[in-house]
Amino acid sequence: MAALGSPLRTLRGLLRELRHAGGRAGRPYRNSPAYQHVVAAFRAHRVTSEKLCRAQQELHFQAATYLCLLRSVREHGALHQEYHGKGERAPEEVAGLVGFRLPQQPGGKG
Amino acid sequence: ERKRFYQNVSISQGEGGFEINLDHRKLKTPQGKLFTVPSEALAIAVATEWDSQKDTIKFYTMHLTTLCNTALDNPTQRNKMQLIRAAVKFLETDTVCYRVEEPAALAELQRNEWDPVIAWAEKRYDVAIGSSTSILGPNIPASTKETFVSHLASYNMWALQGIEYVITQLKSLILSMGLIDRHITVEKAVLLSRLEEEYQIQRWGSVEWAHDYDLCELRARTAAGTLFVHLCSESSTVKHKLLQD
Repeated sequence: MAALGSPLRTLRGLLRELRHAGGRAGRPYRNSPAYQHVVAAFRAHRVTSEKLCRAQQELHFQAATYLCLLRSVREHGALHQEYHGKGERAPEEVAGLVGFRLPQQPGGKG
Repeated sequence: ERKRFYQNVSISQGEGGFEINLDHRKLKTPQGKLFTVPSEALAIAVATEWDSQKDTIKFYTMHLTTLCNTALDNPTQRNKMQLIRAAVKFLETDTVCYRVEEPAALAELQRNEWDPVIAWAEKRYDVAIGSSTSILGPNIPASTKETFVSHLASYNMWALQGIEYVITQLKSLILSMGLIDRHITVEKAVLLSRLEEEYQIQRWGSVEWAHDYDLCELRARTAAGTLFVHLCSESSTVKHKLLQD
């Protein structure tokens, strides 16, 4: 069985990620289907630190996997935004980086 | 990139399974089919992907949606046996079986980290796998391949799409089975898949915009694939009706 740690920690992490994943401000994330489903599932299986129940372990693994998914998508998105999100520079800006200016050409570029 | 054109995302149950509603419109696949999934939990997770889009829809972050679209449209037009054969073929070049001889530290790291996973798979499936430093890779007995073919045949078409996807991401059948069987976590499977990269990162340092970027993306895709497989192959303990395939 995979080393999963404490179910409570997984649950908390998962709920936190769902809060971040709530796209549009306004609608409370606690009413979202995902939040309700996760809370109901944990409550129904009453995931504790008991190692005996197979259904509990399966649920915990699923929850941990979903947590990994949400977290990784968020982190990847943040990295993308920071490093790859800005697009190309305009030619004027590129020239300006090395101290040049583009020539003015009456009638546009040749 | 498309702008987010919908306010509310909800799920509903139709004849073929669970559907996703974007406002009053029903979500369709790229080929125009009605988007239906067999599992309510999967539908909820897909709906969450759509609902977490902000101003623009970033399709490249919506891994579960993509997996469902692949299962519904089957764009590569492969049947079940073709998918299984593609998956098992990976065993011949399985990452964890393919060893270096130098540097010695990396070779030892591979032994310490990968030997246990191979041992687990050999015991769990009662097969011989082994590892190799040869450029040709390990010599996998035919009986081993047949065992995996039979095992994978017990999964339905949707789950198989997911399994093949995870194998392609991790470049390893063994690590993927470790995930499917819940023997290792996604984080551990990704670490083991990227063992050489991690070794080099430890030596030379990490470049956030490349290493961490790739790491997060691999984790996201692997987690999506694993979750997809489990949600598509849930047993009868689930209360909701499942679509038989």
